[in-house]
Amino acid sequence: MTLLRARELNVGIGAVRVADRLDFDLAAGERLVILGRNGAGKTTLLTTLAGLRLPAAGAIELCGQPYAALGPRQAARLRGLLSQGQHDAFQSTVLETALIGRHPHLGRWDWEGREDERLAHTALAAVGLSGLDARAVHTLSGGERQRLAIAALLTQQPQLYLLDEPLAHLDLNHQIAALDLFSRRAREDGAGIIMALHDINLALRHADRALLLFGEGRTLEGPADEVINADTLSRLYGHPLRELIDGGQRYFVPA
Amino acid sequence: MKKTPPVSTRRRALLTLLLLALLGLASLFVALAAGSIAVTPGDMLAALFGSGGIDSAHGAHSPHSLAAEVVRELRLPRALAAFACGGLLALAGALMQVLLRNPLADPYVLGISGGAAVGALGAMLAGLPLLFVNGGAFAGALGAMLLVFGLARGEGAWTQTRLLLTGVIVAAGCGAAAALILSVAQEQALRGMLFWLMGDLAHAGAPWPALALLALALALAAPFARDLNLLARGDLTARALGVPVARLRGGVYLLASLATATAVTAAGSIGFVGLVVPHLTRLAIGNDQRVLLPAAALAGGALLTLADTLARTVVAPQQLPVGVLTALIGVPLFLFLLARSQKTMGTPGP
Repeated sequence: MTLLRARELNVGIGAVRVADRLDFDLAAGERLVILGRNGAGKTTLLTTLAGLRLPAAGAIELCGQPYAALGPRQAARLRGLLSQGQHDAFQSTVLETALIGRHPHLGRWDWEGREDERLAHTALAAVGLSGLDARAVHTLSGGERQRLAIAALLTQQPQLYLLDEPLAHLDLNHQIAALDLFSRRAREDGAGIIMALHDINLALRHADRALLLFGEGRTLEGPADEVINADTLSRLYGHPLRELIDGGQRYFVPA
Repeated sequence: MKKTPPVSTRRRALLTLLLLALLGLASLFVALAAGSIAVTPGDMLAALFGSGGIDSAHGAHSPHSLAAEVVRELRLPRALAAFACGGLLALAGALMQVLLRNPLADPYVLGISGGAAVGALGAMLAGLPLLFVNGGAFAGALGAMLLVFGLARGEGAWTQTRLLLTGVIVAAGCGAAAALILSVAQEQALRGMLFWLMGDLAHAGAPWPALALLALALALAAPFARDLNLLARGDLTARALGVPVARLRGGVYLLASLATATAVTAAGSIGFVGLVVPHLTRLAIGNDQRVLLPAAALAGGALLTLADTLARTVVAPQQLPVGVLTALIGVPLFLFLLARSQKTMGTPGP
């Protein structure tokens, strides 16, 4: 089943052309990584794919329907967005924050019930934040906040996860744990994952496909193993990279 | 490990609101009882629920009927107006803080009171009667609201910073205009103008429009309170979770502005209630707008009713501007709660 379909997509922000005539489909259970330099437009592309920004041209369909036909609430039940850098103006607790993911599933007059709380607790446990329910969010560390944002996204239970730098502020073990978590959603629940990453080697381990943003609207999309190689990466980052192989797994390091 | 905390459940919310409603009733009771003419609870009941003191058994001029008349004709309208204005200001403040995602926002930050002041003081300068002063205040408030809304909307992008800046600048302009009016006004008009600027409920008029708007505003905001919780967390978060942010913000702006305009028209620019009551309430019960909005309205109503009662009794027959008293009551209360919350919220958890 196709979760997300992009056709002839033109995306730009200011004078930056992010993608010209981009076509791709994301099927259930697939993981797509977006790679590109700072300012190449990874965040812009993700928010566009999330239906929160209109593309300059082209069409996006989520589960077979354009965003305009779905409406914001229905769209929020199908796709979730992990955005960068949360800034809190007001205090709230860990549990309250994890529960925001339930919003699109609740009616106008509904309050979060036992089932919603159970989902939030499961999500908090999945990111290693069990037992912190009452903690004020502003007393958490950067990494803990990022994991809390991931928990809120899990509580939302979308079919398509759009992740903007999901590994920001996480130390190594939590980076792997987070990627394993999303990979399991893809494998077991047939969720689709689109994520912007900076770590090429983690991308190779955890993505089935890759979309490279070269700038000037030029893009390359395909199976991760084929699209990611020393040549394309050197062009992508403007710095030569070398490929190392260890135990059948490929690694890229700066030359 | 801490024990699992309570989520904002419906039951806890209802309990909180019930307590605050009792506090509101108590404040009204005090407002009806206090004053230079002693009123017994019996008089009060007779005044509120009786068929009317004047033509009843006591005869036209018995002390009981006088007390009942004072309660019904003077104290009750003024107490209700104070309650409604306090509630409207606190509600508007809470909404503005969410709208601008800024804890320093208050109902006046976007220039609504400034516009009202220019209208009201202008009418006073021209020597117009009270009706025109109130009309001028409301027209000025709406004018400032439309001006800020129109200017901030500009290119379509409607960011919090742009709205805040536009509002603050319009407020500064209105402040200058009000100061200009004060400086050219005649001596005998000055005192009335100063009281208007500091907030004064002596000329509040019939409380029903303000009370009706308070009830309407709460009823309109209630079904969108969870959306507002998300809006407080940021535009992108809210939109990603299905909140129609642009429409919601337009509605919140309109509602908060109308609430402020109504309160300012009735009672002048009473400071402090709209800034501090939402914070007081937030410190006490958390930031869930579903509870916070009605709780702030009740607490704001109670605070202003008590403050106004003090304003007309402490140095009677002299009356003090109520805005001074809201600050005198609110500042220590707020500092106390803030100090206490730092002790409990600031401690690192497990």
